[in-house]
Amino acid sequence: MLELATLLPIGSPALPLDEAGKYVAGAYIVFVLLLVIYVGIMAAKLQRIEREMRELASFAEQRKQNEQRDEVNA
Amino acid sequence: MYGKGLRPLSIATVAMLALSLSLVAFYAPLDADQGFIQKIFYLHVPLAITALVGFIVGGVFAIAHLRSGNAKWDAYSYVSIHMSVIFGAAVLITGAIWAKASWGHWWVWDEPTLVSFLIVFLLYATYYPFRYAIEDRDRQARYASVFAITAGAFVPLNFMAVRMAQSLVHPRVFATANGGLPGSMLLTFLCSLAAMALLWVTLVKFELTAKSASGQVKRLRRALDAPAPGNTSRIAPEVS
Repeated sequence: MLELATLLPIGSPALPLDEAGKYVAGAYIVFVLLLVIYVGIMAAKLQRIEREMRELASFAEQRKQNEQRDEVNA
Repeated sequence: MYGKGLRPLSIATVAMLALSLSLVAFYAPLDADQGFIQKIFYLHVPLAITALVGFIVGGVFAIAHLRSGNAKWDAYSYVSIHMSVIFGAAVLITGAIWAKASWGHWWVWDEPTLVSFLIVFLLYATYYPFRYAIEDRDRQARYASVFAITAGAFVPLNFMAVRMAQSLVHPRVFATANGGLPGSMLLTFLCSLAAMALLWVTLVKFELTAKSASGQVKRLRRALDAPAPGNTSRIAPEVS
């Protein structure tokens, strides 16, 4: 533990603004990036659901047309 | 109807995030000891609190699932844990950035707060392969609930143990002695915490709504006897 205490700048003065700024910006950018990635994943999910809904709608329409054709033929 | 109230909730979340970011940038004073780098705490600490509370909430939903047998609660538990794992990843990254700036190291293995959070995060990271390993949906949900309850009980115990430990370097936001945060910092911190909590709730609702929509499509597919698509998830619980 003592080794660690000598390694770390405990009680040292704050970083100058030009140096600290990049770390603060980095942390907030990481947060925003994670949010954007999450929104992107959700958008992909939404696209997949929309595609499946479109497939199902075409399937249902096709089936209805086939049933009507069968009735006419009968 | 998982999407009910999602719009006002989303608006409130965006407004709260904007308010908290404004307070962090323009209102909260610079810390006398750490200076500008302390501004990371308004992001890092609320994320950590929300993630840990989210894990506990996941455990509470799991209890509801085991008591009622209703799959809805399993979905709630799954999504709560899923969202908290994402928040947890953000906590680890933002914490590492702060540590590099303040301590000169990305990670310090001697620090109980860091290592205990990593243990909690890794514990919950095993939740996904654990679920994935079980084929049967009912068994999967039951076992996952037991996991969520056990791990959820571990979170506060772990937090208390770390709090009681004599930490060497990691700062305490709410100090147990020598006072806490000054008023302006406390207000900013509480706004940030509220923003993160709202963000967590909103994203959980978004996730549940997406799962519900996906579940409805599956139901429709079954009702129409339509051919199933190739890629269906075995991990995520179905929401009807």
